[in-house]
Amino acid sequence: MVELMIKNEENKTVKTSAPFIGEGQKVFEKNTVFQSKNFNLWYGDHHALKDINLDIKENEVTAIIGPSGCGKSTYIKALNRMVELVPIVKTNGEVNYRGRNIFGSDYEVEELRTRVGMVFQKPNPFPKSIYDNIAYGPRIHGIKNKKILDEIVEKSLRGAAIWDEVKDRLNQNAYGLSGGQQQRICIARCLAIEPDVILMDEPTSALDPISTLKVEELVQELKDNYSIIIVTHNMQQAARISDKTAFFLNGEVVEFDHTDKIFSTPRDQRTEDYISGRFG
Amino acid sequence: MSVRERYENEINAVQQKLLQLCNRSIETLEASFTALINKDLEKAQEIIDRDVEINKLEEAINDQVIKLLTRQQPVATDLRRLIVLLKAASDMERVGDYAVNIAKECLHIGKERFITSIELLEDMCFKTTMMLRQIVEAFIEENTTKAKEVAELDDQIDEMYGSMIKHLMRLSAVAPESVAQITNLSFICRYVERCADHATNIAEYLLYLKKGQRFELNN
Repeated sequence: MVELMIKNEENKTVKTSAPFIGEGQKVFEKNTVFQSKNFNLWYGDHHALKDINLDIKENEVTAIIGPSGCGKSTYIKALNRMVELVPIVKTNGEVNYRGRNIFGSDYEVEELRTRVGMVFQKPNPFPKSIYDNIAYGPRIHGIKNKKILDEIVEKSLRGAAIWDEVKDRLNQNAYGLSGGQQQRICIARCLAIEPDVILMDEPTSALDPISTLKVEELVQELKDNYSIIIVTHNMQQAARISDKTAFFLNGEVVEFDHTDKIFSTPRDQRTEDYISGRFG
Repeated sequence: MSVRERYENEINAVQQKLLQLCNRSIETLEASFTALINKDLEKAQEIIDRDVEINKLEEAINDQVIKLLTRQQPVATDLRRLIVLLKAASDMERVGDYAVNIAKECLHIGKERFITSIELLEDMCFKTTMMLRQIVEAFIEENTTKAKEVAELDDQIDEMYGSMIKHLMRLSAVAPESVAQITNLSFICRYVERCADHATNIAEYLLYLKKGQRFELNN
């Protein structure tokens, strides 16, 4: 263990200790954003997630891979409680966001979704102007001041690496943009509410290779300020952009490790078989 | 045929080509020893002329591996297997080059009588070709135990090389008029010793393929 001086919540300098990770390398343990503890989920009688135990760290990109129907989308939809929109869903176990169980009776779903944004497979901008798409969330949160909204819109569009492409046509309908641009508008819309975590459910599966590359570059830039969890069917994408990868199979986490390890020397034969295209 | 089956067939085809390259290189190395012992200059020239065939085999393996890397984008064991095939092909092509170097030294020595007994060198040649044959077998069978055993033999080759060089050095002091042949024989010893090192390299590649980690054997 190594001793460090850090600032605590009251901004006082205190001594703390951090574990050693790796071979002779001092790495500080990152904070956990989502911690799942024996988390189970059922759609009626179907046991879709089985005893999920995962620690997702901040400022990292975590990829979730696995064949169709393995529970990966269900898992990320559980992280912002979107699964509750399905009436037959039952859960047990815990999913802690920053230490609090999001399925606890006192947890407000609105509060959670302000902190945990989501980007979907198909770009889904509102049938409104580019400006109104981005300002939608902040307005719901009560921001009416035009100057503040202008700032948020610009900052979010810059954050999603699309400002230069749309700054001269903010009042045009977002539907007029290409698929790749629409997806980045959706990411900007997500950034406008200043989330802590961004969930991405196959965000590039409907995009061409150039737009995919732009979104992947964006994900790399965003991880400095956000924690990103991305479901992807594209193995190369997971290998390219994520820090850690979780392999789901039949509702279970087979393996969760550093992406380098998963794609070079996975521990479990099922992981190797899946990433090598032997099934799925 | 599924995509995966097609991929496995293509990998098998590369492995077959590597096996072909290994056999050609080892046979050429043996032929160079025979040419040396029998002072068969015609055979030595033939070895030099036919080296291009070994080079072509290596190029064909490289092309096939590059095609598989591009089209299949393999990961984990699949990726390691292709890398290892590429590296093993390069090492075995090098063995072919050493055979050519030995053949060239044969031409330099010509029909001249050996100034000393080359029994130890013959023994070295015999053991090196045996190591190479065994490592190819271990590689094809993916037998890491056998590969480690083969790599251990490299110590014996190094020892023989040391003794042979020491002997030739001493000889150069007492027979300075034969320094040209002594140099030729020293080079041959060096080439044989390097061939055994390539067998050790292939043992290391096999361990990397199977275990995903790099191992240093007998270095």
